[in-house]
Amino acid sequence: MIKTSKVISIYTADTSGVCSALYELGGMVVIHDASGCNSTYTTHDEPRWYHKNSMIYISALTEVDAILGNDNKLINDVVETAKELKPKFIALCGAPVSVMVGTDFDAIAREIEQQTSIKTFSIETNGMHSYLSGISKSYLALTKNFCNINMTKEEKTINILGATPLDFSVNGNIEKIQSWLISNGYKINAVFSMGTSLDQIKNAQKASVNLVISYSGLETAKYLENKFSIPFVVGVPFGELFSNQLLNYIELAEKQCKSYYPCANIRKNTNEKENNFLIGESVYMTSLAMAMSLDFSKDFEVICPLETDKEILSKSDVFLDTEYEIEKQVSSADIIVADPLYQPICSKSTSFRRLPHEAFSGRCFRKESKNLINNKQELECFL
Amino acid sequence: MLKNLSENKTNVGIPISKAYFPEPFKSSLEYNAPARGTWNIVHTGMLIPESHQIFACAQGCLRGVILTAAEMNAMDRMSWISVEENDMFDATMESDIVDGVTDILNRLERLPPCVLIFISCIHQFAGIDFDEVIEELSNKFLNVKFIDCYMNPTMRKSGLTPDQIMRCKLYSGLSPSKQDKKTINIIGNDRQTSPSSELLKMLRDNGFLIQDITLCKTYEDYKKLSNSLYNITYLPQAFAAGENLENALSQKQIYIPLSYDFDEIKENYTKLANTLGFSLPSLDYYSLSAYNSLINAKNIIGDAPIQIDYTATSRPLGLAKLLLNHGYNVTAIYADVFIGEEEATFNYLKENYPNTIIYPTVNTQMRFFANEHANDKVLAIGQKAAYFSSTKHFVNIVAGGGFYGYDGISQLCKLMIDAYVNEKDTETVISHKGLGCESCL
Repeated sequence: MIKTSKVISIYTADTSGVCSALYELGGMVVIHDASGCNSTYTTHDEPRWYHKNSMIYISALTEVDAILGNDNKLINDVVETAKELKPKFIALCGAPVSVMVGTDFDAIAREIEQQTSIKTFSIETNGMHSYLSGISKSYLALTKNFCNINMTKEEKTINILGATPLDFSVNGNIEKIQSWLISNGYKINAVFSMGTSLDQIKNAQKASVNLVISYSGLETAKYLENKFSIPFVVGVPFGELFSNQLLNYIELAEKQCKSYYPCANIRKNTNEKENNFLIGESVYMTSLAMAMSLDFSKDFEVICPLETDKEILSKSDVFLDTEYEIEKQVSSADIIVADPLYQPICSKSTSFRRLPHEAFSGRCFRKESKNLINNKQELECFL
Repeated sequence: MLKNLSENKTNVGIPISKAYFPEPFKSSLEYNAPARGTWNIVHTGMLIPESHQIFACAQGCLRGVILTAAEMNAMDRMSWISVEENDMFDATMESDIVDGVTDILNRLERLPPCVLIFISCIHQFAGIDFDEVIEELSNKFLNVKFIDCYMNPTMRKSGLTPDQIMRCKLYSGLSPSKQDKKTINIIGNDRQTSPSSELLKMLRDNGFLIQDITLCKTYEDYKKLSNSLYNITYLPQAFAAGENLENALSQKQIYIPLSYDFDEIKENYTKLANTLGFSLPSLDYYSLSAYNSLINAKNIIGDAPIQIDYTATSRPLGLAKLLLNHGYNVTAIYADVFIGEEEATFNYLKENYPNTIIYPTVNTQMRFFANEHANDKVLAIGQKAAYFSSTKHFVNIVAGGGFYGYDGISQLCKLMIDAYVNEKDTETVISHKGLGCESCL
């Protein structure tokens, strides 16, 4: 099925997800794509670009180099730059043309690592998947490359997985999640990946439990569970009662060494079907739906237009990824909570509540970005 | 035996005496500075009134153009078709675009008179038959003019750049019509020429009606651009558009390049007058005004260091030469490549002002430059120069700012004085995309 849109925006792609996830860790990220193609990320997807330095570069691929398979140019340019700037690691990621011509990124990464003695890895992207995929693969690459040794677990020590400005802006959301955990007796170990260092990431195995706050963190949480027996809990601490519930699950997970998806709990308050919708990333929106249900007895159905797992969604939630399907689904909605760039496909009789999501609208509504963590009052605007 | 010039090149900040023309710096990985005022293909395409844009690209490529439209509050004129892996290899490349465009147009409240369809690098690598797509759509929607457009930065060194191509495509909606020899277009600009310019006055005084796409309010206005017998182009990136129109509509191109050289400006006007058949009026008043403006501004600005970048004007070297020859303290020029028209000026500066520093803008080390070289004493001309010098004093123009001729120099001097005296919120100002366009930020 051809995916078209007459008027709404598009979620940012996997390459931006990679850059966003690795931004603060002191590595060098190279997108193998044409000159200027990095401006999409640096303009719309990266609020840290102006004030916080990071080595995110583009290879400036040309038609001739692509057709002739001139990988040496990429290798030489990366090696030369790495020797000058001495990054802590090098990550390569593909874009439509470089993937189409069959660039062997793993081989190139090995070659660069041999020449620089700097840990180098490729992240499988092609600019045709969402940012969640790029973040997810980046976290997994970090974990597989840097978290190999078994470490003694420390009680009540927690990693946060899924923190990027694409889902949480740079407005104190992540800091508030951390202070909420700290005030409840937890020690923050590593935050994948805002306000954290590569050294903290390297110690991720010390945690006794993981909190997954975006779908992008789930795969790494599962990997850490399988490899190091660290259980995880999926949900964002929105509102008051859901935050309390989430905390109980975190304690339970640690105690029982079992993972939980409280964001997908049953949230029906009445038998009457309410016609309210939340549109957006699955963990974020199902958590918000839980908070609205518990704090205000207001039920919302979640429409997830991005990749997700069925464990994250509640029974009433749906996965719809085309403008046409979403428009049809919400045609008679009472309330819709979504990024403002969804508003043009919503009926004029619907009460539209603005909740900017940078992965969808970039910096358009950055000034309106909300901090809903562990705060019931902030949720009242969605009623 | 060929000599590898790149071996001797230095990467960051070199005196012009040691720089090579036209590319002083070795090509390598690239950084992207957060100065967003230059226009992209979306901004340019929106100049066709009432037109609608449909991009068929991979998600990553769509993102930048869609949000360009969103930031300029023009999402009602922007649609997209997402291209995924299998679309490239299942022989549906052309039909996907036809079906996608059809679906979008059928869902719009009203059909636009003109639709710009953009394909991307991967379509061209896969050998798309874009002509067939345009033909099929034109047969389906008889009242819509479809224009084939390209977002293909991978091909930026294989002929015309995407920016040049876009300026050509901007006029593809025009059809041959009866031409009036007293009507003249200014072609290929993204902003109107300053109304105070002697260029416009000279044309009007000689009975010419001046048309410019930047002044068109309706699609009907746009179509009237084909009525002109002559097209003036003065930006180098618009030259190909002028050539195209000469071939397609037999409109004669008069290329009078943007210049900061008093003699060249006079040559340009002589060429214009000769081609259009009018006597060249005395230009003394305008040239003297420009000269006085330069002296006046110098008296105010004094020896403040001046830095210029290539986004402010296609001729940063020419502007540097003008200022240096009038006693200004031009210390640096930011550019990764110079246009061929600037070669003589490059050599002039090399000989006469050898210590002028040329900085790249995309070099990987420029990522750290702004922090290390912050100097609020700098008067910058252009957003990138402002960013890299971290100054609050800068002339906020792109692509020449619409200033042309002697009056252009006078206007620029006014802006330099204003920038020297008054501070700007640099981060906020240079963050806005497409200088002159509406912005939701």
